[in-house]
Amino acid sequence: MRKILLYITVLTTGLLFIGRLFYLQVIDTSLAIRSRDNAIKVVYDYPQRGYIYDRNGKLMVSNQPSYDVMVIPRNLKPFDTTEFCNILNISQEDLEKKLDKARIYSPMLPSVVIPQLTKSEYAILQEKMRKYQGFYIQKRSLRDYEVDHSANVLGYIAEVNQKKINENPYYISGDLIGRAGVESYYEELLRGVKGVKYIQKDRFNRDIGPYKDGIYDTLPEKGKDITITIDSDLQAYGTKLMENKRGGIIALEPGTGEILALITAPTYDPADLVGRKRSPNFTELYYDTIARPLYDRGLLAEYPPGSPFKTLNALIGLQEGVVDTDDKFSCNHGYTYGRGRRLGCHAHRSPLDMIPGIAQSCNAYFANVYRRIIEKYPTPQEGMDAWNAHLKSFGLGQFMGNDLETGRPGKIPDAEYYNQIYNYPTYKWYSTATISNAIGQGEVLMTPIQLANMAAIIGNKGWYYTPHILKEIEGTPIKNEKFTKKNYTSIEERHFEPVVEGMHEVYKSGTATTLRIPGIEIAGKTGTAENFTKIDGKRVQLTDHSIFVAFAPVDNPQIAIAVFVENGYWGSRYGGRIASLMIEKYLKGTITRTDMEEWILSHSLEEEYAKPLSGEPFKINY
Amino acid sequence: MSRNSAGFDWISICIYLVLILFGWANIYSASLGTNTGSYFDLDQPYGKQALFIGLSIFLIIIILSIEAKFYQRFSSVIYIISLLSLAGLFVFGKTISGATSWYAFGGFSLQPSEFAKFATALALAKYLSDIQTNIRKLSHQVKAFIIIAIPAILIVPQPDPGSALVYAAFFFPLYREGLSGFYLVTGISAVAVFIMTLLVGPYWVSGGVFVIALMIFLRKRKKRPGRILISIFTIVSIVLSFSVNYIFENVFEQRHRDRFNIVLGKEVDSRGIGYNTNQSEIAIGSGGWLGKGWTEGTQTKGHFVPEQHTDYIFSTVGEEWGFMGSAMVVILFVLLMIRLLYMAERQRNQFHRVYGYSVIGILFIHFLVNIGMVIGIFPTVGIPLPFFSYGGSGLWGFTILLFIFIKLDSDRLSY
Repeated sequence: MRKILLYITVLTTGLLFIGRLFYLQVIDTSLAIRSRDNAIKVVYDYPQRGYIYDRNGKLMVSNQPSYDVMVIPRNLKPFDTTEFCNILNISQEDLEKKLDKARIYSPMLPSVVIPQLTKSEYAILQEKMRKYQGFYIQKRSLRDYEVDHSANVLGYIAEVNQKKINENPYYISGDLIGRAGVESYYEELLRGVKGVKYIQKDRFNRDIGPYKDGIYDTLPEKGKDITITIDSDLQAYGTKLMENKRGGIIALEPGTGEILALITAPTYDPADLVGRKRSPNFTELYYDTIARPLYDRGLLAEYPPGSPFKTLNALIGLQEGVVDTDDKFSCNHGYTYGRGRRLGCHAHRSPLDMIPGIAQSCNAYFANVYRRIIEKYPTPQEGMDAWNAHLKSFGLGQFMGNDLETGRPGKIPDAEYYNQIYNYPTYKWYSTATISNAIGQGEVLMTPIQLANMAAIIGNKGWYYTPHILKEIEGTPIKNEKFTKKNYTSIEERHFEPVVEGMHEVYKSGTATTLRIPGIEIAGKTGTAENFTKIDGKRVQLTDHSIFVAFAPVDNPQIAIAVFVENGYWGSRYGGRIASLMIEKYLKGTITRTDMEEWILSHSLEEEYAKPLSGEPFKINY
Repeated sequence: MSRNSAGFDWISICIYLVLILFGWANIYSASLGTNTGSYFDLDQPYGKQALFIGLSIFLIIIILSIEAKFYQRFSSVIYIISLLSLAGLFVFGKTISGATSWYAFGGFSLQPSEFAKFATALALAKYLSDIQTNIRKLSHQVKAFIIIAIPAILIVPQPDPGSALVYAAFFFPLYREGLSGFYLVTGISAVAVFIMTLLVGPYWVSGGVFVIALMIFLRKRKKRPGRILISIFTIVSIVLSFSVNYIFENVFEQRHRDRFNIVLGKEVDSRGIGYNTNQSEIAIGSGGWLGKGWTEGTQTKGHFVPEQHTDYIFSTVGEEWGFMGSAMVVILFVLLMIRLLYMAERQRNQFHRVYGYSVIGILFIHFLVNIGMVIGIFPTVGIPLPFFSYGGSGLWGFTILLFIFIKLDSDRLSY
């Protein structure tokens, strides 16, 4: 015992130590994690976000520095708080509160005292900064808008939310990310790639140099500058025309599918969502549920397209061979079908063949054409599906696959849809049941961008490029096949001639004769869409929406446009005027029809919009 | 070398060399900071330690050159010089971080308590090997105790209670030479009663003591100790148990209480007094299986562990060399102590054996207290890890301690 006591003690201690070390180093992994946290700091180096230019090289969005006043409470020395508060325009109590908060957070780590000073506020502070020990300035980069329009196109940037952080490990709390519009869709191009530095800290949380001499560090990669297809001047002009109105304008370049203008009204100044003002302004915009300024009507509003849709029925009729341009249909203030049911029409001469039929927008003419299409086939189901297939080839009833952040598919009904509505085969349905489709009412829904694309297809006589908004990345034109490959419709080119002619007649002799622009041959089509709202649970009809689609010049289209003005009444009243002015502005650069421009600028629809909210009885369509 | 020389024990010399060199590597890493100067930069602890190691080699050569008999003959003189140097601190001592434990000579400081250990070991060996000494006799036990206690008493008020605690190491040679096991049982029982009382309270402990006493009482008569002894033991244990709270609250200072509470897991305090232990455990734990690599320890570089190049040097080993490295250091210490035990047992001279046991005991207490503290199973007591921790006095003290025994061992055939 006397000889082995120390042996046993030494061996036992050794084993005990090895066991404890095994537990600490191999089993208990939480300690290893804690070491990472307290010894290595990760610092990100944020690159400049890419600039955004319009199609003519005009700068729309750049960056501006913003300055956060930071504090490290431990380093504070007594200072002249009165002067400090005066410079920053805050109260002494406010400052005390913020400093207390910073102390509670950490006496050794930096906290933000005043976020996002402007350049001028910073300039005053900078001179006196040396007097305020413990404070320092941290520079950040914010968006700087060179234009006061196009908020819906450009989108905005804001701090990334938790959901996105969970989805994408690139982002950490506090990072800025594009929201809405181009900023969101092309986030990865614009943001670049942030650089990472691993810094070794000591026990006072001071930096003492790069971790492992920086072998894991990466350099930031600058965001890419992009050119978008928008024409900034046209966009500005359209925004001006849409003041005091609600609706949208979409203008495309038919030959390329490039979006020249994408306007929604009402809208807001993109600069409202920058920096310190962002949060209160966004809240205000977000909670305006009546005018809905954040709702992009050009992309999201789905409405029955009305008369412009008739041109498509004419094309399908020709392609299906069920109608000839010379076929005449009579109209007696409407079209009677079934057992005394009627599709009304306005006063015009009768009978009409195709070109005047389009120019006069005769409901009876298109009811006949539509019935012939559906009834060409043994069953209305087959007819309906054939009709549907043609419309699908125009990109209708589906998402377009464009590079815009939002969108709606619209709706083109098919046989299955009506089978369900009418509970087929228990009950049968015939072409007359769906006759509203003939004139673009009923179950058909289209968005303004789909209308504009329809105009572009007619102008191109049968093909289109998927509308898109990105033109160049750092000066190199996009190569995305989705936007550089022609889509052909199921309608042969020759059938477009009479339809183009008919739309040209709309300006020459039809519903838009007053909208002619000297020196420009325009093809267009007016439309109105009935619409309803609910007041106290009752369905109430409101003044029709004014719709207009057009392209110009007729034989070599440079611009295709769809205008849609809520409660603007008939097509040429608001929609047509705005479309004509936009076309002139784009093609000529100046406005000769100043009478028309003045009319639009001086007319407001706010009164119309106030009607259903007034609580009083009101008249519509006058 | 004398003709009776058996040669030096190269196994223990090799382990010693591995430990000091590996220790230096870790001191280098722990005191590196951001500057990467020369390995021998004398402004840095690692540079000074390199110098100390170099001087140790000279010391070794001198120690091994001196006649083995010298140490036995002059042990009393060495002991008295050592006591005087400790006493002299009260007059000439230099205070470094609160403890008056140093003599300053120009740029260097010497800590006499590091040298008092081998001096006391020599004195005790000399006394026990005296033909007239019988350690079973109480009066001789008291004399041996006085030899051990004087340096300890001189060290406590520096204050350096940690270094004083090391003198408990001399229990091992005393027990080996025949001290009654009664002291061992008493000591272990007292510590057990003390710690258990802190953990579960005096009532449970008293009950436990009573049950154990009853079980011993009911054993066969021949084997059990006397009834009176058992009764005294039981009563003293119960009294001790009930007075633990008083001792703990009134005799101990707050810092001592904190250290006990943290190790016993009764208090979690990772910022105040528990900071050292917590940071040390983080550093060791973050090492994993293989460690982060030499000079790559992030905790070490950040100086999160206080006193890392001195008392907490083992945390650097744990972080940078992982389980493999730290377990290897533990094994090297165990091997060294077992080798020394083997050597002590082969001595035919009692002086040699007592001295050997003292060396092992001192190494063991340092090993137990230091590594136990660094890995969080022993209360915080500031004593260095032999051969590892930074410091000239410590390194030389241990070098002398060890190599006198290696010299004595080489001379074992002359008896």
